[in-house]
Amino acid sequence: MTIEEKQDRIARQFELLGDWPERYKYIIKLGQKLEPLDEELKVEENLVRGCQSQVWLVTEQDDDKIIFKADSDAAITKGLVAMLVNFYSGENPETILQTDPEFIEEIGMQQHLSPTRSNGLASMVKQMKIYAMAYKSKMGQSVQ
Amino acid sequence: MPQAVKDIPAVDFDKIRDDFPVLQQEMNGHPLVYLDNAASSQMPKKVADRIDHYHRYEHANVHRGIHTLSQKATDAYEEARWKVRDLINAENQHEIIYTTGTTDSLNLVVNSYGYKNLSEGDEIILTEMEHHANIVPWQMMAKETGAVIKVIPVTDSGDLDMEAYKALLNDRTKIVSVVHVSNALGTTNPVKEIAALAHEYDAVCVVDGAQAVPHKSIDVRDLDVDFYALSAHKMCGPTGFGILYGKKHLLDEMPPYRGGGDMIDKVSFEETTYNVVPFRFEAGTPPIAASIGFSAAIDYLSNIGMELIEEREYELVEYAVEKVSGIDGLRLIGKSDTRASVVSFVFDDIHASDIGTILDKRGIAVRTGHHCAQPILRRFEVPATTRASISFYNTKEDIDRLVDGIEYAKTFFE
Repeated sequence: MTIEEKQDRIARQFELLGDWPERYKYIIKLGQKLEPLDEELKVEENLVRGCQSQVWLVTEQDDDKIIFKADSDAAITKGLVAMLVNFYSGENPETILQTDPEFIEEIGMQQHLSPTRSNGLASMVKQMKIYAMAYKSKMGQSVQ
Repeated sequence: MPQAVKDIPAVDFDKIRDDFPVLQQEMNGHPLVYLDNAASSQMPKKVADRIDHYHRYEHANVHRGIHTLSQKATDAYEEARWKVRDLINAENQHEIIYTTGTTDSLNLVVNSYGYKNLSEGDEIILTEMEHHANIVPWQMMAKETGAVIKVIPVTDSGDLDMEAYKALLNDRTKIVSVVHVSNALGTTNPVKEIAALAHEYDAVCVVDGAQAVPHKSIDVRDLDVDFYALSAHKMCGPTGFGILYGKKHLLDEMPPYRGGGDMIDKVSFEETTYNVVPFRFEAGTPPIAASIGFSAAIDYLSNIGMELIEEREYELVEYAVEKVSGIDGLRLIGKSDTRASVVSFVFDDIHASDIGTILDKRGIAVRTGHHCAQPILRRFEVPATTRASISFYNTKEDIDRLVDGIEYAKTFFE
């Protein structure tokens, strides 16, 4: 599935959901399904800077793809984190760098991605892109 | 003039919210319930109108103006000094310094009084429940001067351990800087007693009054504190304006903290002599409209009466504590009998930001997080709390909506 198809699929899933409580409950459920991060990875250096809820983010390389793993101590944030992890994980660095998580707005959750909202989600997307940039240059070097 | 009779309220508090246009709106499809007053209070229409009128018809730069408009603006701008003097019962208006808010006021004390009077080994006593604004400036100064910070611990109920405070005091104690009402716990500290003990060791007592002045009548002479800081925007006034009260004999000895216009007497490239107190501490063109707005806010509060406000809020806070305490799984953080305005709580299995998000969807504004007081949250071993903070324009219905909202939010996380 291309990343564009992922965006469409998420938007369609949310169209089937009703008003905001149903959407939030679905997001919380996505968070509960997200594989929890090992406790030893929930450390300062993996923390995405946010003000309120904490978000930890780690990466692995799988050939030319990046695998993201993340966790949060708050349920709604964790659900949104799960959506971002599912969205960007398994993509190559170039795709990650070129794709913004537009689905967030389409499903009516843009308020959570506002850079002025201190829940760390905007920082998380930024951090994912920084990782993508780092992997891109690392992969570029290993080809040469 | 006839005296107000105690049991006939001069103010109909249930109608008072009509004075606040901001409270008349819906938020996320629900009538707004505003319970974030400790962060910032709302502005009555009268205050907003006063600021608007100044901008439209009275604006000119203040002080030194030869023209009438400037003189009028200056008179209006200076009025807040008298109003604050009366509000907190200072001895004279020269003891009232205009700042940009409590944080700025505390920075002024640290940078002017602190640097001048503290040296290596001198001790500063703070409390475990301080806002970062009353920690970080002292810490910055202590790092440079070699002064040492000591901390009064907080008991399980959220009160200061006064015996521990007495044990901390010694001849090296130069400053005791404490919060009057904690923004994270709601505890009202016994600042009169704290100041008296500090004075036994010739230490100076600084008080962060940001959360106290909006909720009770303050008498700095009765408390006998040396410095007292407050913010306009937490008491129905505009943002960007605050006050530092200081005893005149202390202020007179203090060097300026910022240089620029208005704070000078004579300037040459060789030397500058400084203006008198309070102007010595007020460099540059000040927030004139904010000062005028603050005067209007003080008038507004004084017309109601701080005693009535305190009574009204006490009733609402008691009601809120009783109601939220009945919620299964909810744990209050801070249980002091001296509580003012603030009701802070946690659930062991639900993050505060989750509660706050769902409450917001129901039109209920609270604050979640560490409230810029990380040490006290660490003391209670919680990363964040949900904080409802009450003002006189709130109603029991607001509290009921809050309780309903929390019960509803819980259903999301079961």
